[in-house]
Amino acid sequence: MAEAAAGLLRAEAVRKSFGDHEVLKGVSLDIAEGEVVCLIGASGSGKSTLLRCLNLLEQVDDGDIWFDDREITDPRVDADAVRRDIGIVFQAYNLFPHLSVEQNIVLGPVRSRGESRADARARAHTLLERVGLGDRAGAYPDALSGGQQQRVALVRAIAMQPRLLLLDEITSALDPMLVGDVLDVIRDLRADGMTIVMATHEMTFAREVSDRIVFMADGRIEESGPPEQIFTAPRSPRTAEFLARHLP
Amino acid sequence: MTEAGTPGVSARQLERDAYRRRRARTRAAVAVVSTVVVLGVLTAGVLLSPGWPRVRETYFNLGEARSVFPEVAKAFVLNIRLFLVAEVFILIVAIIVAIIRVVPSPALAPIKLLAVVYTDVFRGTPTILVVFLVGFGVPALGLAGLPTSLFWLGVIALTLSYGAYVAEVLRAGILSIHPTQWASGRALGLSYGKTLRLVVLPQAVRRVAPPLLNDFVSLQKDTALLSIIGLVEALRVAQVDSGRTFHFSSYIVAALFFIAATIPLARFTDYLTVRSLRRENGI
Repeated sequence: MAEAAAGLLRAEAVRKSFGDHEVLKGVSLDIAEGEVVCLIGASGSGKSTLLRCLNLLEQVDDGDIWFDDREITDPRVDADAVRRDIGIVFQAYNLFPHLSVEQNIVLGPVRSRGESRADARARAHTLLERVGLGDRAGAYPDALSGGQQQRVALVRAIAMQPRLLLLDEITSALDPMLVGDVLDVIRDLRADGMTIVMATHEMTFAREVSDRIVFMADGRIEESGPPEQIFTAPRSPRTAEFLARHLP
Repeated sequence: MTEAGTPGVSARQLERDAYRRRRARTRAAVAVVSTVVVLGVLTAGVLLSPGWPRVRETYFNLGEARSVFPEVAKAFVLNIRLFLVAEVFILIVAIIVAIIRVVPSPALAPIKLLAVVYTDVFRGTPTILVVFLVGFGVPALGLAGLPTSLFWLGVIALTLSYGAYVAEVLRAGILSIHPTQWASGRALGLSYGKTLRLVVLPQAVRRVAPPLLNDFVSLQKDTALLSIIGLVEALRVAQVDSGRTFHFSSYIVAALFFIAATIPLARFTDYLTVRSLRRENGI
C-alpha cells in the first residue's frame, strides 16, 4: 500500500496483543497537522497501547502506521529517528532520577538530535521559564512535587521539538490541585499549533481543548467526532453510557 | 491541670514524656551492663587461660612487631598496587559480561552462553584454586605473548574470579531499573546502547555501589592469596619473618595493615550513599 497519507499521521487497522489478550482490534486513525485529538474511554480500552504503538515503543501485530507519508511500521525504518519526531509523555512522569531537571531536558536534544549543549540548554531554560519552573533547573526530580515533575516531563518532550506530541493520561497521577498547572501548559502548546494526541480522563478539559474526540471501547474506536457532537449528541449508546458515568 | 513553667502542655503529655525518659534510661543501663559483662567474661577467659602468657609472647610482642613493621609496610605497597590494577580490569570485564547477559538480542546467543558459563565456573571455583591454576598453569603453556610476570598472573587470576562476582552484582543492578526508564530513554530517540549508557547504567551503578564496594573490600584482602604463587606481599613477608623468629607478631602487623586499608573504603561507601540520597531527595 504505497498511497500517500492525508494528514501528519495515519494508523490503519492496527492490531496488538499481549499474550492471549488482544488490546487493539483493528484501530484506524487520521491525525492532521495542528490538530488536537483526545482519546477517551475506560481503563483497558487500549488508549495507552495505541499511543505506544504510534511512536513504535510497541511493535504492532498487524496494520500499518504512516507518519509524514512514510510507513513507519516497516522494519527497515529507523525507529529512533521516528521517535525524535514523535514525543511522548507518560502518566508516571518517568524523569531520570540521577539527572538534574536541566540535564533531563538537555539529554535528548544533545545525545539524540546531536544539538550543541549551549543551544539545548538555552532552550531548556526558556521552556522551564514558560512552565513556571525557571528556578528549578538545578533541582533533582525527587525534590519536586508531582505537578512540577510532570511539567518537567512535558518540557523534556517539547525540547526535542517533535512534530507530534503524545500524552498518556498525564494528569491521572496528580493531585487535583496540581492538574491545573499541567493543563495550562497543554493549552499553551495548542496555541502554538502543536499537533497533540492525548489520552485523558479530564472530560471538561477534553471538551475545551480538542478539535476531535475519539472514544475507544474494547480495543476499537467506537465513535469519533467534534467535541460538541460527542458530548451533546453521541451516536453510539456505549459512548452515551460512558459519558453519563464520567461527566460531572 | 497544667504544670507551672510549661504552659500549654497537658499533664497527660508530661506523664508520657516522663515515662519515655524512664524507659530510655532503663534500656541504656541494660545495654551498658550486658556489654561490660560480655567483654569482661571474654577478656577474663583469654587472660586466665593457661596458654595466655605464651600467646602474648608470640603474637603480641611489641618489640618484634616494631622490628618487622617497615618490612611489612613495604610489602603492603604491592598489595595496594595489585588491588588497584585488578580493580580496573575487574570493572571492565564485569561491565562487558553483565551487558552481554542483559541485552535481549537473539543474535548474541552464543556469546551469552559463554558469559553464563564464565560466571558459573568462576563463581564456583575457590579463588585460591584460580590463583594456583593461572599462576602455574599459564606459564606452563609456554605460549609466546602470555605474561610470565607474577604480578600480571596475579592480576589475571583475581580478575577472572572477581569479574564473575562483580558482573552478577552489576547485572542485578541493571535489571532492577524499572522498564519505564528504558521506555523514556527510547522515547527521546536514544538508541538501545545510549539508553543503557546514559540512563540505565548510571542508576544501576549507584544502586549497587554498596555491594560493589563490599566486593572490593574483599578483593583487597584476597590479594594475600597471591602469596602462594610467590608474590612477596605483606602476608608473605610476615610468613618469612615468623619462620625466622618463631614469633607470630608479624601476622598481627599484616592483619592491621589489611584492616587499615579497608576502613577508608568502607567510609567512602557510606559517604557515597549519603551523598546520592541527599542530592536526589533534595534534603
